[in-house]
Amino acid sequence: MAKVALSSIAKSFGPTKVLGGVDLDIADGEFLTLVGPSGCGKSTLIRIIAGLEHQNAGSVAIGGSSVDHLRPHERRVAMVFQSYALYPHMSVGANIALPLTMSRLKLWQRLPLLRQLSAQRRSVMRGIEADVEAVAAQLQLDHLLARKPAQLSGGQRQRVALGRAMVRNPDVFLMDEPLSNLDAKLRVHMRTELAELHKRLGATFIYVTHDQVEAMTMSDRVAMMDSGAVLQLGTPSQLYEKPASLKVAQFIGSPTINLLPAATAAGGRLELFGRPLALAVPLAQGEAVALGIRSEALSLVQGEPGGNGRAWFSARLRRKENLGSEYILHFDLAGRDAAGVTMRATPAAAAGVNEAAEVTLGFDETAAHIFAADGERIEPRGQGAATGSVVPLRA
Amino acid sequence: MADLALSAAPVTPVHSVLRRFLTLVLIHGVLIAGAIFMLAPFVWMLATSIKPPAEIFSAEISLWPKQFYGLQNYGFAMEKAPLLRFALNGVILCGGILIVQLLVAIPCAYALAKLDFPGRNALFVLVLLGLCIPVQVPAMPLYIALAQLGLLNTYFSMMMPFFLSVFAIFLFRQFFRSFPDDIINAARLDGMSEFEIVWRIVTPSAWPAIAAFSVFSAVAHWNDLYWPLIVISDAKLAPPPLGMMFFADAETGSNYGALTAAATILTAPLVLAFLVARRRFIDGITMTGVK
Repeated sequence: MAKVALSSIAKSFGPTKVLGGVDLDIADGEFLTLVGPSGCGKSTLIRIIAGLEHQNAGSVAIGGSSVDHLRPHERRVAMVFQSYALYPHMSVGANIALPLTMSRLKLWQRLPLLRQLSAQRRSVMRGIEADVEAVAAQLQLDHLLARKPAQLSGGQRQRVALGRAMVRNPDVFLMDEPLSNLDAKLRVHMRTELAELHKRLGATFIYVTHDQVEAMTMSDRVAMMDSGAVLQLGTPSQLYEKPASLKVAQFIGSPTINLLPAATAAGGRLELFGRPLALAVPLAQGEAVALGIRSEALSLVQGEPGGNGRAWFSARLRRKENLGSEYILHFDLAGRDAAGVTMRATPAAAAGVNEAAEVTLGFDETAAHIFAADGERIEPRGQGAATGSVVPLRA
Repeated sequence: MADLALSAAPVTPVHSVLRRFLTLVLIHGVLIAGAIFMLAPFVWMLATSIKPPAEIFSAEISLWPKQFYGLQNYGFAMEKAPLLRFALNGVILCGGILIVQLLVAIPCAYALAKLDFPGRNALFVLVLLGLCIPVQVPAMPLYIALAQLGLLNTYFSMMMPFFLSVFAIFLFRQFFRSFPDDIINAARLDGMSEFEIVWRIVTPSAWPAIAAFSVFSAVAHWNDLYWPLIVISDAKLAPPPLGMMFFADAETGSNYGALTAAATILTAPLVLAFLVARRRFIDGITMTGVK
């Protein structure tokens, strides 16, 4: 078991800068997810930890000591690839056994013909077989050991790839989008299995995904990356409830966060569609800001809107999406220069809204996330407080 | 609008069936003509090898002899020429060349396809340039070198110029490029050295390409007369074509029945080998990726 420390990792491919000085400390036994849009450098980072790529600057330490000079297999890490990367000509049993035969047999004991001369080989191979069977039993692969990868389903291949990683008993598991090639149902199932596996093994997991749901559901902590930098590092609820920047807010959460254009009036007071809010920010008058409101923070307003720290605006229903337990309502902001908004609603509430009907939507002002024009989060000044300070939550 | 309506007029089933039939006839006609053109010399060789001398030179064309003379022709050929020896020489020559070609070309191709090192592309361009040099160009210096080393009239002298096959490097490089990088990376994480990756992971997936190349290589060297003619003067070492030449030079020079019988015997192994490996051969040529 080991903690992983990355210090100012930088990497470029030719003129393209992929990683610009990433610092990350991952605790022993933690499940950390690197999440971000494609091309953000998350896969490159995990490959650098594995030793498959070499960083241009910075250092990787596993278990307290630097591993920069070590080759991939000497780092005590195991990796699961998106494509599973099973050896196509070997049986499932041979695939899982391979890391062990490599580490427990000497080179000459692995060579054809010559290996027959080794007396110990038999007993070593028996030990390997026992270990393979133990791992196979854990993953319910026992009856598939003789098959070739081509004869397996996607989920089974995925488990073989996991087994090949587990059998080495590594300190750190590296997973590069391991669930992306599975169908939706299996993906949900494997999410639970992976989380349970992590709990059972107690090893450090570093998990790369572009799927924010995977990041939110499995991880102890999430590092959101973009353009080769970590935008925010925190628990899933921290990222959801206090996104440090507009990019994080937009990436985390489904449906995507609603953004409403607001502006500052005198004294830093915010105005939404010309109506003053109780919120104030430490910005000069006339600055444009974006208000981020999660779809569950919106509600339909019956009767007189406004008051009590609640903001409101009118909208027209464009489309209803039925998810069974709830509805996602899509609204247009008629006549306004803003994208539409989405709102979660109970089936009962959704039934009360008709297509093209104009309604009033309201939200609690304290639930709004405020982002400056450069995308940074701004904390509002408390009501009545004379001064406040910008608290950029940079991780 | 009128044009559209016309072109969209329904084609009657009779029409379309007829058209398909004509297309099939045309395609197969061309293919059959090509096949006849290719196979005619073979068939003629087989026919001649079972004809008595009188019929070979008769003006009328027939594929089957009036008098079956096969036993005499084949018997004479087997008796007068050490055909099995020639065939054995051919096997040794082709096998030796092929093994060394694979041992050299597979790691080279892997390095050019999958390893990142400065100058890789320049090196590959050099390989491609190597494809453009005909074997006749280095023949003179090679002969002089072998003569100076006293290696003329050996199996080695016949094989040596072909040990490094540029074509094999090119073919395997193209094949390896489509091999998934993830699998190679997984093997590195599992502790394999690059050499083990080449032989234990990548090569087993390349069987179709190896089979295809083996056919090319074996056919080329089994039938090669040019280079053995230069370095071999001892009939005991002669591969099939050179052996045939020695055989034709002697008293059998005009016994075409026996000559074609010998040629049939010496061609047979290749044809049989091709028939056995035909499936893989075609796979290897048409395949662009391993999945």
